[in-house]
Amino acid sequence: MPRADIEALQLARLKDLLARVNETVPTYRDKFAAAGFDPSTLSTLHDLRRVPFTVKDDLRAAYPYGMFAVPLRDIVRVHSSSGTTGQVTVVGYTKGDIERWSDLMARTFACAGATADDAIQVTYGYGLFTGGLGAHYGSERLGALTVPVSGGNTKRQVQILKDFGVTVLACTPSYALLIAETAREMGIDPRDLPLKVGVFGAEPWSEQMRRQIEDELGVKAIDIYGLSEVMGPGVASECVHQCGLHVFEDHFLVEIVDPETMEPLADGETGEVVFTTLTKEGIPVIRYRTRDISRIIPEPCACGRTFRRIERVTGRSDDMLIIRGVNVYPSQIEQVLMGVPMVAPHYQVVLTKRGSMDDVEVHVEVVPEFHFDEVRELEALQRRVKTEIESALAVSIKVKLVEPKSIARSEGKAKRVVDLRAEGGA
Amino acid sequence: MVNQVSVFLENTSGRLAELTRTLGDAGINMHALMVADTSDFGVVRIICDSPQRAKDLLDAKGFGASLTPVVAVEVPDRPGGLADLLEALGEEGMNVEYAYCFVRPTASSAVDVFRVDDDRAQAVLEAAGFSVLSASDLYDV
Repeated sequence: MPRADIEALQLARLKDLLARVNETVPTYRDKFAAAGFDPSTLSTLHDLRRVPFTVKDDLRAAYPYGMFAVPLRDIVRVHSSSGTTGQVTVVGYTKGDIERWSDLMARTFACAGATADDAIQVTYGYGLFTGGLGAHYGSERLGALTVPVSGGNTKRQVQILKDFGVTVLACTPSYALLIAETAREMGIDPRDLPLKVGVFGAEPWSEQMRRQIEDELGVKAIDIYGLSEVMGPGVASECVHQCGLHVFEDHFLVEIVDPETMEPLADGETGEVVFTTLTKEGIPVIRYRTRDISRIIPEPCACGRTFRRIERVTGRSDDMLIIRGVNVYPSQIEQVLMGVPMVAPHYQVVLTKRGSMDDVEVHVEVVPEFHFDEVRELEALQRRVKTEIESALAVSIKVKLVEPKSIARSEGKAKRVVDLRAEGGA
Repeated sequence: MVNQVSVFLENTSGRLAELTRTLGDAGINMHALMVADTSDFGVVRIICDSPQRAKDLLDAKGFGASLTPVVAVEVPDRPGGLADLLEALGEEGMNVEYAYCFVRPTASSAVDVFRVDDDRAQAVLEAAGFSVLSASDLYDV
């Protein structure tokens, strides 16, 4: 679809959307009125910058159903956010929303190169979390053989991958590494599994981690993107060229804004990702601030799709740690660790306070193949990790080497940061 | 050369107890145990009667265990015994990475264990008249 057609479609859908929510959702009506914005005056996409933002607290305040744009009898499903950062938020889907979501997730799998000939193992959790059922419906819509394992019981996951001839794995990237590790423990070379493609999302990961997953599992690892407030998985996806995630712009309007000034940024500039849902009926969101940090890649993609891409999300503006005044994203640490031999990408950042100073200790696992028996070499490794992290973050830290597999593995989002600064401390 | 079991261990309370209990429960007898430590972690070095089984067991229990080839030498129980040995290595330009010593209840001599980063160590010591212990002298192979 040519850009001009995409934008014309977006504008038509946006006008309809704004009129609709102004009518049915008091929160939006009040926000628009307070900002002096009259939806009927919107005539170009550029006018979107006059529309107020929606933030997670708006959804929290409306808990559970306050932001729904249709009567509850038209809602056929609810999901909720994981609640990891506070009060959960509830999102509702009409029959039409489920249809579109299924199409978009089928599109995501197709972007990754999957077809009706594939068997897709869905390892995202089933339930209120959008990942499992979102991927499940998409996989069925694609016509693939769908294996709905949900999360947990990693040995069983490996057995099923092997026995059922699964070719596509959908899970979080950190869980993919746990699956590879578990397969090896079971005496199965993960590269011997029939897997061809991994569709990974729900947490930030690095390019180096992608290479490790591809190497260990023998798959092409595709980054996908979505969040429950906007829809769930299926908002954007990499194609097989693996160079940024195509935003499905016929359904979602994407902006990048400066998280400080909230001013829109030009294509190519890095900032916070903001989405407007163009076609959702149950719970549309208008200029929703995701807190995810990325940029738009305007250049055309080799695959020929005209939907613009966003760069892989490297961090969240609310995951961002401020350590002695320096902005630090945990993913930067991961990136460093991937480049150091004999340590695993499993790590935990422990923040404490010593007096008024932040103390940062990064716990880094050595790999099971680790065989140093000399303290000297261990200290050299510890120093190397410390130096490399410090030069990447521009902040001084402590490194503690910990035993292989001693950092808790997660089946969902990995918990990378333990912030004890509020407790005890001084 | 004999195999020493090397284990990377965090300095947390009870961890060394878990390690030794694991070996004890499996009926593995240790001849020597030496801990090299820093404030954060340690390396535990063990000479025992079945190193391969010990490593496999520890791996299964989630310890980071590996086998390190070391030289075990019977050192005569007299003044200067160890100095003679070290000089023999020094003359060949060999550096000892670490060493420790234990006494076997049945023998009158001590056993010194060396980690030397040079394959010739054993031959040099034998040529100098030292009795280098083989695996079968120390454990069931």
